[in-house]
Amino acid sequence: MSALSPTAPRSPARGPLTWLRRLGGGALLKVCVLLLALFVLVALLAPWLAPQDPTFGDFASTLAGPSAGHWLGTDKGGHDTFSALIEGTRTSLVGPLAVVVFCTVLGIAVGLFSAWRGGWIDTVLGRVLDILFAFPALLLAILAVALFGKGLTAPVLAMAVAYTPYTARLVRGLAAQEKVRPYVAAYQVQGHSAVFVALRRLLPTIMPTVLAQSTVNFGYALLDLAALSFLGLGVQPPTPDWGAMINQGQAAVLDGQPLSAIVPAVAVVLVVVAFNVVGEHLGDRLAGRES
Amino acid sequence: MNTTPLLQAVGLRKTYPSGGSRLVAVENLSFSLHAGGALGLVGESGSGKTTTARMLVGLERPDQGEILVQGAPLAARTRGRAERLARAKAVQIVFQDPYLSLDGRISIGATLDGVLRLHGCADRAVRAARVRELLAQVGLGEREAAALPRGLSGGQRQRAAIARALAVEPAVLVLDEAVSALDVSVQAQVLNLLSDIRRDTGIGLVFVSHDLAVVRYVCDEALVMYRGRTVEQQGVADLLAAPQHPYTQLLLASVPHAGWDPGEIGRRRRELVAVTPVGE
Amino acid sequence: MPLLSYEDLSVLLPGMARPVLDGVSLSVAAGEAVALVGESGSGKSVTARAALGLLPPGATTAGQVTVDGCALIGADPATVRAVRTGKASMIFQDPRAAINPVRRIGDFLTEALRLVDGRGRAEAEARALDLLAAVGLPDPPRHLRQYPHQLSGGMLQRVMIAGALTADPRLLLCDEPTTALDVTTQAEIMAVLRALQQDRGLGLLLITHDLDLAAAGCDRIYVMYAGRIVETATAAELLATPRHPYTAGLLGSSPPLHGAPERLTPIPGVPMGLLESAPGCAFAARCRFARPGLCDQSPPELAPVGERLVACHLADSILSEVDR
Repeated sequence: MSALSPTAPRSPARGPLTWLRRLGGGALLKVCVLLLALFVLVALLAPWLAPQDPTFGDFASTLAGPSAGHWLGTDKGGHDTFSALIEGTRTSLVGPLAVVVFCTVLGIAVGLFSAWRGGWIDTVLGRVLDILFAFPALLLAILAVALFGKGLTAPVLAMAVAYTPYTARLVRGLAAQEKVRPYVAAYQVQGHSAVFVALRRLLPTIMPTVLAQSTVNFGYALLDLAALSFLGLGVQPPTPDWGAMINQGQAAVLDGQPLSAIVPAVAVVLVVVAFNVVGEHLGDRLAGRES
Repeated sequence: MNTTPLLQAVGLRKTYPSGGSRLVAVENLSFSLHAGGALGLVGESGSGKTTTARMLVGLERPDQGEILVQGAPLAARTRGRAERLARAKAVQIVFQDPYLSLDGRISIGATLDGVLRLHGCADRAVRAARVRELLAQVGLGEREAAALPRGLSGGQRQRAAIARALAVEPAVLVLDEAVSALDVSVQAQVLNLLSDIRRDTGIGLVFVSHDLAVVRYVCDEALVMYRGRTVEQQGVADLLAAPQHPYTQLLLASVPHAGWDPGEIGRRRRELVAVTPVGE
Repeated sequence: MPLLSYEDLSVLLPGMARPVLDGVSLSVAAGEAVALVGESGSGKSVTARAALGLLPPGATTAGQVTVDGCALIGADPATVRAVRTGKASMIFQDPRAAINPVRRIGDFLTEALRLVDGRGRAEAEARALDLLAAVGLPDPPRHLRQYPHQLSGGMLQRVMIAGALTADPRLLLCDEPTTALDVTTQAEIMAVLRALQQDRGLGLLLITHDLDLAAAGCDRIYVMYAGRIVETATAAELLATPRHPYTAGLLGSSPPLHGAPERLTPIPGVPMGLLESAPGCAFAARCRFARPGLCDQSPPELAPVGERLVACHLADSILSEVDR
C-alpha cells in the first residue's frame, strides 16, 4: 500500500509513544490514556506485581500507617492496602468490562434489528426500551442480588440489561439515519442480502460512535459496581475489590487511619474520570469527522 | 420491431399514506424501452419520477402494475440469493448525490471487486483485470482504484458509481438525476461518457432528470410526468419541437433563453394548477 | 459611483496554496442586475459574502469592498452592521436551511422589523403583509400564520426574499437562489427578483453556476475561475461570442435545447482546488489553446478586448477560434 502514496510525509520521530502523539487532543487526554493503559497493565500482571498476598491478614500490624513493609499501610484486618489495590484492579475492571461487552453486543443487536425492520417492530422495541430506561441500573442490580444471591454474576447481568437501552437507542438512531443513505440502497440493488448490508457494511460505519459510548458506559458501570460492593452486595471479601475495600476501610477512617479507604476511592475516581475523558474525546472527534 | 422490449412498465401505481388519506406518487405509468434505447423521465420535484426509478430497481414495491425485463416479470419481493442476483442483473441504478452513494470506508477498487465477487466471479486475478477494465471504461485509473471516495472529486465519484453499476452487467441502467449535482464542465464529461457506454454496450438507459436539454442529449424518447401522471410521451426531437401538453410547453418556456419572460411562466403555471386534478 | 464595488479584492486563507480571491474587481450600479458565474470552488460565494463583511475565519485580505459608500474591509462593527441592516441583504440557495423551522413565517418577518427598526407589532405585521404581497405570494395574511414546512420550496424562497427586503436594502445579493428549485419555480423567482430590481431600483448581484440563467436574467456577467475574474461583458455579447477559453468551454459543456445535436466538447480535467496553484494562468492546464512558455509563466491581467475585459494572454489571437 505504501506505493500508493509516495508523497505521504513520514512522521519524523518513530518512538514507542508515536501513537500517543497521533492521538491528538490535549495533555489531559494523553494523561488519561496513559492512566488507563497503566491500570490495564496492572490488572493483567496483578499476581506478579502485588508484593504480598492481599487476602492474608497480618493481625500483628492492623491499621498500620505507611511503612517499608506496607507501602500504603494496612486495614483493620491487617491486609496490605497496596497489594489489595493491585489485586483489586483486576476484579474492579473485569466486572464493568463484562457489563460493557454484554450491553454493547445486546444493544447493537436490538438497535440494528429495530432500525432495519422499521415499522411496528421498531415502535414496539422503542417502547420496551423506554420501560427499561425507567429502571436505575443499581436498583436492578440490587434486585438481582436479592433474587440470585451475592457475588459478581447476578449484578453484572442485571446491569448489562439496564445499560442496554442506552446503546440500543444510540445504535437505532445511527442505523436509521444511515439506512436511508443511497450507498445502503446501492448495496441492496447490487443484490447483497439484508444481513450482509446491515452487519458488514452499515455496522462498521457506525461502530466508532458506538464504541465511544461504550467507553463512557465503562466508567459508569465501574462506579455502579463499586457502589454495589461498597454496600456489601457485590464482590465478597476476602476477594480484593475497590468498592469492598472502601466499605472495609470505613471504620478505619474513624480510627484515624483513612488510607485503606482513600486509596481505592481515588483509584475509582481516576478510572471513571479517565474513561469519561477518553470517551468524550472519541465522540467529539467522530462528530468532527462527520461534519 | 417484433422482438420483446428490453424493459416494460405496465400500469404502475404507487401511493403513500399521508395523514388519513393516501398520496398518489405515481398513477397508471406505462412505457417500454427497446434494447440499446434511452428513455428520459422528465418532471419537477414531486412528479413521481424518482419513485418510478426506485420501483424499477426494487427499492419500492408498486401497489399495482408490473415491471418486465426482457419479457419476464420482475419479482416484487426477492427470496433467496439467486433471486436477488437475478434482480440485480436486470436493473441497476446511479443515484444523484455522488458524495452519499458510495461507501466512505471502502476504496473504489474494493467496491467493484466486491460486486464482481457477489456476482460469482471467484478468481481473484480475473476480478482484478475486470476492475481495471471497468474503471478504464469510465475514465478512471490505478490511483482512483486505490482511493477512498473522499479522495475523489464529484465527477470522479459519479464515474465510480457508474462503473459499480456496470460491474453487475445489468440489462437496464437507471440514472436518477445522475448529472445534476455536478459542475457544468464535469457534467458534460459524464454525459459524453454515458453516450459512449450506450453506444458500446447496448445497455438500455432510463434517464431521470428535470433538465430537458440534458435529456435531449442522452435520450431518443422522453416521458413527461406531472403530479404522478404521464402527460406526454414521444420522441425527444418532436417533444421539443412541438410539445402537445400545456405542462410540457410550460417546462420548455421555463428554461432560460434569449428573450426569456419569467413573469409569464408564473401566470401560466397557476392556470395549469387550476385545471389539473390533484391526487385523490 | 456604483452601489457595490470591489476594488482588487484578494482573500488569503492560511494553509491554502492559492488565494481564495485574487484581485477581484467588480461593480454593480443601482437598478442593475449583474451575474457572477463560476463553478464550485471558484470563489463566487466568498465574493458575495464579502459584500456583507463576512469573510472566512482566519482570512487575510487586500483591496476593498464598498457598499453604497461604506468601505467594509477593516471597517468597525458599527459600519458593518449599518450595511447589513439597511444597505445590503442576502438570499441563499436553500431556503429551508436558512429559516428556523419551528417559528411562524410572521415571526421570521416581523422580528427584524421590530428589533432593528423598533416598530410596534401591528406596524411590523402590516409591513410584513406588504412585503409578502410584493414577492407575489397569493395569501399574505394566511402565510403569516404558517410554518416553513407548510410552504413549498419556491414559496419559501419568496418568503426569504421578503425577509431580505425588511431591511429596505439597496442591494440584493443572491447566492444560487434558484438552484434547489424546479425550472418553472426558478422562472417565477427570477421574475420576482427582476421586478424588484426594475421597480425599486435595487442593485442585484446574482451568483450562479448557470451561464444561461445569468444571460437570461442579468444585464452584465462576470465569469470567475479559481478566484479570478476571467471575463466580463454584457450578457448578450458574452453568450454570443465568448472570448475567454473558459467561458467558451462552459458554453460548449451545456447541451443546447435546440439546433443540431452535436457531441459536447467538455473542458478536460477538474476545476483547480484551493490546494493547487499555478505560476501562470490558472486555466492553462485545462485550456486547449494554452501555449507553453507564455500561459504557464505569469497570470494574465484583465485587459480590454473590444467592448469587454478578458484575462487571457491569447485573447487577441484566438478570437476567431473560440467563436461557436
